[in-house]
Amino acid sequence: MKHFLRTGFSFKSTSKKSLFLSLAALSSLGLSSSVMPALADGHKELKIGFVTFLSGGAAGPFGVPARNAAELMIQAINKGTVPAPYNSKGLAGASISPIFVDEASKQKVADYKKLVQKDKVDIVVGYISSGSCKAIAPVAEEAKKFTILFDCGTPQIFEKIVTNPKYVFRTGAHATMDNVAAARYLMARNIDASSIAGINQNYAWGQDSWKDFSQSMKALKPGLKVSTEQFPKIYAGQYGSEISVLLTKKPNVIHSSFWGGDMEAFVLQGSARGVFKRSKVILTTGETATNRLGTQMPDGTIIGARGPHGALAPEGPLNDWFRKAYFDRFGSLPTYPSYKMAQALLGLKTAADKAGKTDQDAIMAALRGSEFDTPSGKVTMALSNGHQAIQDTAYGMYKFDKSTGKSSLVDIQRFKAKCVNPPKGVSSTDWIASNFKGADCK
Amino acid sequence: MMKSFDRTEVTLLLCIPVLIGLGFILPQWIVNYIQVSLGTGLVAISVMTQMRSGLVSFGQGLFFCIGGYTAGMAGKFLGISDLFLLLFLGALAGLAISFLLGFLLRRYREIFYAMLTLAVSMILFGLLSSTEELGSTDGFNLASPTYLGWSPEGEMARYALYIATCIPALLCALLLHRYLRSPMGFVGEAIRENELRVEYLGTSAHKSVHITYVLAATVSAIGGVLWALALGHVDPEMTNWTTSGQFVFISILSGTGNIISPLFGTFILEIIRVYAVEISPNTWQLMIGSIMLLTIIFLPKGLWSLIQPSSSVVRTTLKKSTKDSKETSS
Repeated sequence: MKHFLRTGFSFKSTSKKSLFLSLAALSSLGLSSSVMPALADGHKELKIGFVTFLSGGAAGPFGVPARNAAELMIQAINKGTVPAPYNSKGLAGASISPIFVDEASKQKVADYKKLVQKDKVDIVVGYISSGSCKAIAPVAEEAKKFTILFDCGTPQIFEKIVTNPKYVFRTGAHATMDNVAAARYLMARNIDASSIAGINQNYAWGQDSWKDFSQSMKALKPGLKVSTEQFPKIYAGQYGSEISVLLTKKPNVIHSSFWGGDMEAFVLQGSARGVFKRSKVILTTGETATNRLGTQMPDGTIIGARGPHGALAPEGPLNDWFRKAYFDRFGSLPTYPSYKMAQALLGLKTAADKAGKTDQDAIMAALRGSEFDTPSGKVTMALSNGHQAIQDTAYGMYKFDKSTGKSSLVDIQRFKAKCVNPPKGVSSTDWIASNFKGADCK
Repeated sequence: MMKSFDRTEVTLLLCIPVLIGLGFILPQWIVNYIQVSLGTGLVAISVMTQMRSGLVSFGQGLFFCIGGYTAGMAGKFLGISDLFLLLFLGALAGLAISFLLGFLLRRYREIFYAMLTLAVSMILFGLLSSTEELGSTDGFNLASPTYLGWSPEGEMARYALYIATCIPALLCALLLHRYLRSPMGFVGEAIRENELRVEYLGTSAHKSVHITYVLAATVSAIGGVLWALALGHVDPEMTNWTTSGQFVFISILSGTGNIISPLFGTFILEIIRVYAVEISPNTWQLMIGSIMLLTIIFLPKGLWSLIQPSSSVVRTTLKKSTKDSKETSS
């Protein structure tokens, strides 16, 4: 004990010095970033803060693919190598200088304000978790800072939290679309859905997904039976008892919004026990696993990608370019978070080029209500005063070709944006409850 | 009058005008971090208060969350937006729940105390995560607070909330410091050293632990209210074990020597994190981990030993422990 204390004290003087040193280092860091010279010769620069999960459970399946896509797109936009109509350099001539921030932080709001006030970013693009979006949206409006939410799914953002947005945009469709389209796919393919079951994670995303899906099914097919609703914990990893229930209840259709590792675990455990043979399984985010699971994903599983992304993306020069560029750089095909990031940046580019200047208000005015092409097809900023995007979506069935060793999606069914998204001014839940009043599915 | 205040208390009281003044001088983003650090710092000092009794709470997030959710729910369901009322309700909720839980927890020490506090906090996490009315894991937003009918806007609202955070936070710290210096507080230290002897001397260790627990919980709940109002959003992550673990970490790193140290340590660690993220967004945890490791190796008494290396407290403990070891060895 004595010795221990003495050692502690003998470091006293040195550590005091080291504290000063580190403080000095810290302050010099602060200085160096603030005195960094503005780029010379009139070449303009747009500072964009990118906030995605760079650590934690959501980093692997979402955050990192999104960051990769951001890096790829920034380089391509700055060099002007994106195919037409995006083959001009930069955003209205200004090149993008990114700052990446980890969304896995307890002080999301303070981090956001730091991006705005200290780093003086021109635009913030980010947020995967709906919880983050809920917290950030009102703060962004208050800070009057142009902010693009690129991924988070909850429809509440513009329906409840910021009902009259001026500065916050969302360039991806919200989660209602995924589940309405899942229900419509079952109908369109005449899949027997007289009894349905759900296995979803017991947190906001899982609960909302199941609510939207089961309500949509009840609206589309009155009199169907919900045989069981399973809500295991997120990151549980073991679904033995839930699978037993699903096997004994024998539903025709099983809906799951599991994502990432949980989804893959469910596929592996469920297919081994014959769940996928007994019932038709629909995985709303299944696309992220299609490249990885190969033969382990049973053929005939209905796969969604939270929009027409990845394997469900429509063919075209933009998509071909994006897939190839991404594969060449990162060695794997882009999944939907990558597509959603690309979508956000191309929306931004369209708006900036149209405005012809990099002024925040000008870009926002140009983005409001605009329409633009992306690797996932056309996106329209149609809802919430032109701040919320809608786009077509698609579902398909998984098929693994043993001879080529490649997986693909067959029986792809596309749905028009207006068929799976509520019309202007109607909230998602009201729209489903009204039996999709005003839906245009022709 | 001043005579009844010791150095720490005078410092804390002086800190109130200084912090408020800094709120007008420092860049806004730093002020934001000071503000949120005061909220989480209150939880850290309540963890430290329990550590003085040898109790490590791995579930202090429970009361942090109760405070935040009480304020949020009072606004959401009862339409209450008055800051003082919210603080009162939050503290009351923390007090009531901890008073009841205290009857169970006061019987446990060491790892059992740590595990039980952790378990209780995770029960709340599970409950909130499956409650759709409260936004489940996404949580819900809080409205801006009002002050006795006054509802400022814009810049004014920011300063008002900042000032309204500084004052109760520092007063709570002062209160806990007073408690630790009181006879009851010293009983806590005695429990840590030798609980059996405390009981022989005629004091109830259970009662002392119970009081410490309730006080710590109330202060944490106040921290929760202040933090939630600063953020404008609450979610069950507040009571997750990772959050609680962070509070323990902060207390250990800042040192338990003085009530100011966890408060200050919270802010320092927050700033270190901000710069770590800025320097290397992909591997910032590695940098923070290294800093923590270095602190533990070179400053076993925490960051506080830099500021007050030979304070009277340390000196007397040193003397005492030397004497103790002599006694035991003879």
